[in-house]
Amino acid sequence: MNRVLVRRPRFWDPEGILLLALLLLLAAGVLYPLLQVLHVAVASEGGGLTFRHLGAFFQRPLFLESLVHTLATGVLAVLFGSLVGVPLAVLTVRYRFRGRTTLQTLALLPLVIPPFVGAVAFQQILGRSGVMNLLLLRTFGTTLPLMEGLTGVVLVQTLHYFPFIMLNTAAALAGLDRSLEEAAQNLGCSGFRLFRRVLLPLALPGYAAGALVTFIRVIDDLGTPLMLNYTTLLAPQAYLRVTTMGLTDVDGYVICVMLVALSLAALAGTKAALGRWEYAVLPRSGEAEPRALHGARAVGAWVVAAALLVPALLPHVGILVLSVSKVWSLSLLPTVYTPGNYEEVLFRTPGFIWNTLRYASLAALVDVALGALIAWLLLRGRVRGRAWLDTIATMPLAIPGVVLAVGYLRVFHGWNFPGLGAPLTATWLILVLAYSMRRLPYTVRAAYASLQQLPVALEEAAQNLGANRLKTFARVTGPLMARGLLAGGLLAFITSAVELSSTILLVPRMELGPLSYGIYVYMQSAVGRGPGAALGVIAIVLVGCGTWLAHRLAARGTGLLFRL
Amino acid sequence: MRAKLSSEVRLEGVGKRYGALWAVQGVSLDILPGEFFTLLGPSGCGKTTLLRMIAGFALPDAGRIVVDGQPIDHIPPWQRDVGLVFQHGALWPHLSVKDNVAFGLRERKLPREEIASRVAAALSQVGLEGLEARRPSQLSGGQQQRVALARTLAVQPRLLLLDEPLSSLDAPLRAQMRLELARLQRDLAITTIYVTHDQAEALALSNRVAVLQAGSVIQEGTPEELYRRPRSRFVAEFVGAANLVPAEIVELRETGLLVEFGAGIRLPVPGDPARWRLGSRTLLCLRPEALRLEEAAIGRGMGFVGTVASRVFEGDRHLYELRIGEGTLLRVEMPALGEGRIFRLGDRVRVELNPESAVLLPPE
Ligand SMILES: Nc1ncnc2c1ncn2[C@@H]1O[C@H](COP(=O)(O)OP(=O)(O)OP(=O)(O)O)[C@@H](O)[C@H]1O
Ligand SMILES: [Mg+2]
Repeated sequence: MNRVLVRRPRFWDPEGILLLALLLLLAAGVLYPLLQVLHVAVASEGGGLTFRHLGAFFQRPLFLESLVHTLATGVLAVLFGSLVGVPLAVLTVRYRFRGRTTLQTLALLPLVIPPFVGAVAFQQILGRSGVMNLLLLRTFGTTLPLMEGLTGVVLVQTLHYFPFIMLNTAAALAGLDRSLEEAAQNLGCSGFRLFRRVLLPLALPGYAAGALVTFIRVIDDLGTPLMLNYTTLLAPQAYLRVTTMGLTDVDGYVICVMLVALSLAALAGTKAALGRWEYAVLPRSGEAEPRALHGARAVGAWVVAAALLVPALLPHVGILVLSVSKVWSLSLLPTVYTPGNYEEVLFRTPGFIWNTLRYASLAALVDVALGALIAWLLLRGRVRGRAWLDTIATMPLAIPGVVLAVGYLRVFHGWNFPGLGAPLTATWLILVLAYSMRRLPYTVRAAYASLQQLPVALEEAAQNLGANRLKTFARVTGPLMARGLLAGGLLAFITSAVELSSTILLVPRMELGPLSYGIYVYMQSAVGRGPGAALGVIAIVLVGCGTWLAHRLAARGTGLLFRL
Repeated sequence: MRAKLSSEVRLEGVGKRYGALWAVQGVSLDILPGEFFTLLGPSGCGKTTLLRMIAGFALPDAGRIVVDGQPIDHIPPWQRDVGLVFQHGALWPHLSVKDNVAFGLRERKLPREEIASRVAAALSQVGLEGLEARRPSQLSGGQQQRVALARTLAVQPRLLLLDEPLSSLDAPLRAQMRLELARLQRDLAITTIYVTHDQAEALALSNRVAVLQAGSVIQEGTPEELYRRPRSRFVAEFVGAANLVPAEIVELRETGLLVEFGAGIRLPVPGDPARWRLGSRTLLCLRPEALRLEEAAIGRGMGFVGTVASRVFEGDRHLYELRIGEGTLLRVEMPALGEGRIFRLGDRVRVELNPESAVLLPPE
């Protein structure tokens, strides 16, 4: 029982075996498919290395244009997202006024509507024959082509993703030490100068984290461009290649490599910048008190907030109205209302909802288990090689869904999986695998954060009283991590439930498709828009409840949840 | 460069309330131009709160603050021209040492050359030449504190507020910085309000000290006055070490009083006979270093006899505990150097003292 001496673990001890098993699993689920994609892109016919295909990418005007447009959507969405998100963050953190909490909640709502659902609603409201343009046409005889082409994509994505920027900036602002600000005021600095010279630079790391998530998610987003029928972007191009030319077409893989390269470049760039900006300052004199706004000033705050938020809340209204309409075309409001859409999706095709619940909860369960184990190994383990686990488990953050799906198709398509009698890609298991791998970073992060806050002494006390490491984990560490794990698991669940970019490629048969797939399929036809919207509303409710719960569970760490 | 006279500060019944608790209550003080004034008190007694009110970060809920004859409560912090050095430095991590120090000068829109020269001057005042390009995270705790000081000195405020600026330093560095602070303040002749819970610091640096307890000033005066003539048990114990012995007034005399304590020991002490009644209870305050031990046989002059109960050697001195009567222990400090003999446990010794050093305090 004497544990005073630190044993250097041999690799066949339980911990080593656990590490090996996890590494193998992650290698099969993340690394190998990714390397396969890369391999196809750079292999010559003879099997040697060639950059011919990559070079050819830059010869094709369509691909080049897609690359430039993809970059543009990422950068523009971050730019416009900052214009909306940063003022809202400042308003909700630095000022106190009636209804501030309501405002904070409202600002989260854009996140609960899947972007491709939002896209449809925006079409309905701002599109060519949408509500706004009908009004404009009637009163001024002109229209605003807001939803056309790239503009539409950037608009939808900006209004969907800005909360990431807002939340991260707000968390950074709220965590600032009060005396840093007061020191500046004491030396004569106030108002906007104070913001520019002290607050903004100090909040920059948080802002950068938010901007990075936004960028990576935007270039990964396949649903929005497909819904808006704008395909001159990398993700839709990869999708179209694979679905029309098949899995043997090299160009699809080359596009995937470009997408990953963009993500990784953004990640590396932000990391480098953060390295220079991240100052480990703990608030020592407490956090700054928000300034109270009364009367006219409070009204002013709401006016600003409304101007920033209302556009982002339009799709919620739009999709709700669409979901109860039978005919809504070339008119301001639907001409015929019906509950039939909900009947359709709840009773005639309940499979979509049922599948989603099944896949997403399975994936979340897997993620919670893996996340707890990985976090425990990283923080409390002693075996060498743990750092690899961290690297591989966070990689999915920078791998676009399309790319992972293409990799899976490549790896699992041709051969019968042992015990299934069919290729993995012919069963719904492939979706669970994709979801659990893509969302694993959420639970690893949540578990890591909650374990990090646990004093080692709590576990040592258990061991001191005779519990071995497994028992300690089961009886002390695990239960104490439960809150954080559950929050991470919920996040994995809700984000899996509305995942489209890998789903759309991986669904083996229509009846195995989840909610997101169902929405996509319904939306392809004019008569399907009502039921599609009804499914969208259900998705919103699901995500809304999940987000709310995760929020409650994560207590203060909300900002953390929405970091990369 | 602006030539600025140093300021005069008047607190008139200032109070600050947090919820039901008055963190500061009824504080009235007059701080003279060029004075080094210290607010001394234990943790949580409201020192920081008082400074924050003077700097404008908290509004008084009662009373008002007047600087140079002008009430300042309506002036926002950034227009007060009152330099506050924060308890933990509050250096901006994103700015270099130089930019930290230049911050206030830029706010004042001074020409570039003057900013450069004043930054250099402020840094050399605190002995930090050559570290201009560093980030705060690359400095030691003492250097950070000095940058914080330089940052405030650079703008030449009319009033300097220091909130425990030495609290995060270790003892030797603190002693050194204490000397430097005293020199700087003398050279600049700037009115300074200094906050500390360290009585040695307060006594060493200040022209005058106000002792705070639970948000109120309970005594104010020069360091000597506070040390020699504490008016309450709290001050006697907080400022320097003190033996507080329960005693009884047994005689009122023309110029003083006769008290009895321990096992029938009588001692004449200074005091106003008009303020005490015969037979009333009191606390006798005897400073350990004002007492001398002699062999019981030798004694002359004023004094009484006791038994050595313990002795601790502290390098420069011996610390004795003497038993004088039932349950009464007296601490006595004797310099370790010199000819004086060392007593052992159980020795009968005679305690000599100058009665002028004894102080009578109200019992609680
Ligand atoms: N913002 C606040 N809200 C509520 N109570 C406060 C607040 N700031 C201070 N207090 C209370 O006011 C009292 C005085 O606090 P203050 O910070 O002035 O103490 P201090 O004398 O500076 O103590 P220290 O030596 O520990 O710095 C304390 O009891 C504290 O708990
Ligand atoms: Mg304090």
